[in-house]
Amino acid sequence: MTRIIISSLSHFILLIGILIMVVPVWMIFASSTHTSSMINMNGLQIFLGDSFYENYLRVLLYQGGFFKEITALKMFFNSFIMATGVAILSVVTSLMAAYALVYYRIKHATLLFWIIFITILVPLELRIFPTYSVMAELNLVNSYFGLIVPISASAIATLFFRQFYKTVPDELLESAKLDGANTWRFFVDFLFPLSKTMIVAMLIFMFVFGYNQYLWPLLVTTSEQYWTVVMGLKMMSGSIVHRFAFVMMSMVPPILIIIVLQKHFIKGVFQDK
Amino acid sequence: MSFLDLKNVTKIYPNGTKAVHETSLSIDEGEFMVFVGPSGCGKSTLLRMVAGLEDITEGDINLDGKLINEVDPSERDVAMVFQNYALYPHMNVYNNLAYGLKNRGIDKETIEQKVNDAAKLLQISDYLQRKPSMLSGGQRQRVAMGRAIVRNPKIFLFDEPLSNLDAKLRIQMRLEIKKLQQKVGVTSIFVTHDQVEAMTLADRLAVINNGIIEQLGTPIEIYDNPKSLFVAGFIGSPQMNFLDGNLKNKILSAEGFEIKDINTDFEGEVTLGIRPEHLSQTENGLINLNVDLVEQLGSDNLVYGQLKNKKDFCYRCPGNQTIEKGSNLSLNIENNKYYIFDKSTGKRVN
Repeated sequence: MTRIIISSLSHFILLIGILIMVVPVWMIFASSTHTSSMINMNGLQIFLGDSFYENYLRVLLYQGGFFKEITALKMFFNSFIMATGVAILSVVTSLMAAYALVYYRIKHATLLFWIIFITILVPLELRIFPTYSVMAELNLVNSYFGLIVPISASAIATLFFRQFYKTVPDELLESAKLDGANTWRFFVDFLFPLSKTMIVAMLIFMFVFGYNQYLWPLLVTTSEQYWTVVMGLKMMSGSIVHRFAFVMMSMVPPILIIIVLQKHFIKGVFQDK
Repeated sequence: MSFLDLKNVTKIYPNGTKAVHETSLSIDEGEFMVFVGPSGCGKSTLLRMVAGLEDITEGDINLDGKLINEVDPSERDVAMVFQNYALYPHMNVYNNLAYGLKNRGIDKETIEQKVNDAAKLLQISDYLQRKPSMLSGGQRQRVAMGRAIVRNPKIFLFDEPLSNLDAKLRIQMRLEIKKLQQKVGVTSIFVTHDQVEAMTLADRLAVINNGIIEQLGTPIEIYDNPKSLFVAGFIGSPQMNFLDGNLKNKILSAEGFEIKDINTDFEGEVTLGIRPEHLSQTENGLINLNVDLVEQLGSDNLVYGQLKNKKDFCYRCPGNQTIEKGSNLSLNIENNKYYIFDKSTGKRVN
């Protein structure tokens, strides 16, 4: 009996938690399907209205910004390029760095790793001016390269891959050597497939990280052509329903990435274990 | 020159530990050589130097007439079976076997042919599509051997491959390895710390201690004629009994009995070794044993007890004899099968 009470109580608490998370999002979504005069007069709405297509299409295609050069569609494109670039580049560099640190006979590899690792304590905000000045010197302001590269070295991802490589038994490497695998083949045929799950997890993580960047894109882009979605959230002007619609759409890419990659992620987890 | 030649091979680790001391050894083509010794004796290091997984500090290793000191492991044409098998966890059995062949640029049909032949030989044809995690210990062991066989290497190296198996399976796989080696006829080196495994598998046996080969010979030579105290104690189960004694004028006095007319000129402190199976019960025998414990194995009884001076002693007798705990046995050494070692050097003197 007490077990049932405890169980229903905990479910009740969880339900409240879910409601706290979901209700605001739902209300924004519901409100974004009404006309702005409706919202202005009656406040936020719980039930769906009938201006969905009208509002969302307008937001996607409206020429915004100070110079009317950018549409939401283009912002999504920019954000996608940036987030994908950051995800892929940081996973690739971390994989290679971890491989070198673990498998090559580098003197003081552990010390080197910890030096890389403590860069976690130096957030982007702290190094933003020197980084900007480097980009400016190299003439990379207002380019995808400038958006992506400076934030694509991930100490956390390096840590994860390094710790994983350390758990791979030495015999696997030795056996592969005797089977004629060179360093490159060992990476491609063994470490890469074995760390697939982790690679997918890191891709998701770094994609969301890249997508959520605000300060760096704000600084390194002066042309509206390179605005990203998160910047757009701040810059958006217009009526409240259109802003709501934009907020809703801005949530879609990270969720989509998680849904698409999660399948591989979970599959990998179950196959390897 | 024989097939595999080790000349004064020495291994010193960067931290100064000397794992292998100037070891020289020749192995003939098709021979099954076993390195046996306690853990940390350098037997695995020696094997890994042949494989190329450890650098050679000094000395030469020649394989099939070619100096291979500096040859990369992938080009030595050796195959190794590891203690934990080191199967590739993300590849199915077929690809585990085929991987080494693929790296050698062999065409697909030949690979398929070779893998299927090896699988048939090892009776793993039914599991070719499975991942290693879905196989039992014995099956994994077979796959590991298949991976070695399929490449048709110059030499097989086994690094304690049976120690992860349960006792019954170990005996079964031991037989299979021996049969397989005879069938395939590939020169093999097998490293183990289990002397029964060593005795049963080896054509020749190298007993290694502290990085030195203490004795090299056929299993029966080593059993019958151990050249040092270490070898005598290591080979044979249950272990040889050792008694302290003194040798003078060809007379050995030990623990309350004497043996006369010993065939040696050595004089001084010695250790007398007697195998438990080389004793028999008689009246007025040399040795008096107070029985503490009897282990009945069915075929044999292992009788443990103490001599007059409280020294532990073991006697092995046929299983049909009943021996009571607490009884007193009078034992004689059969056919003068005893071994005398110099106590200070451990060298055999008789």
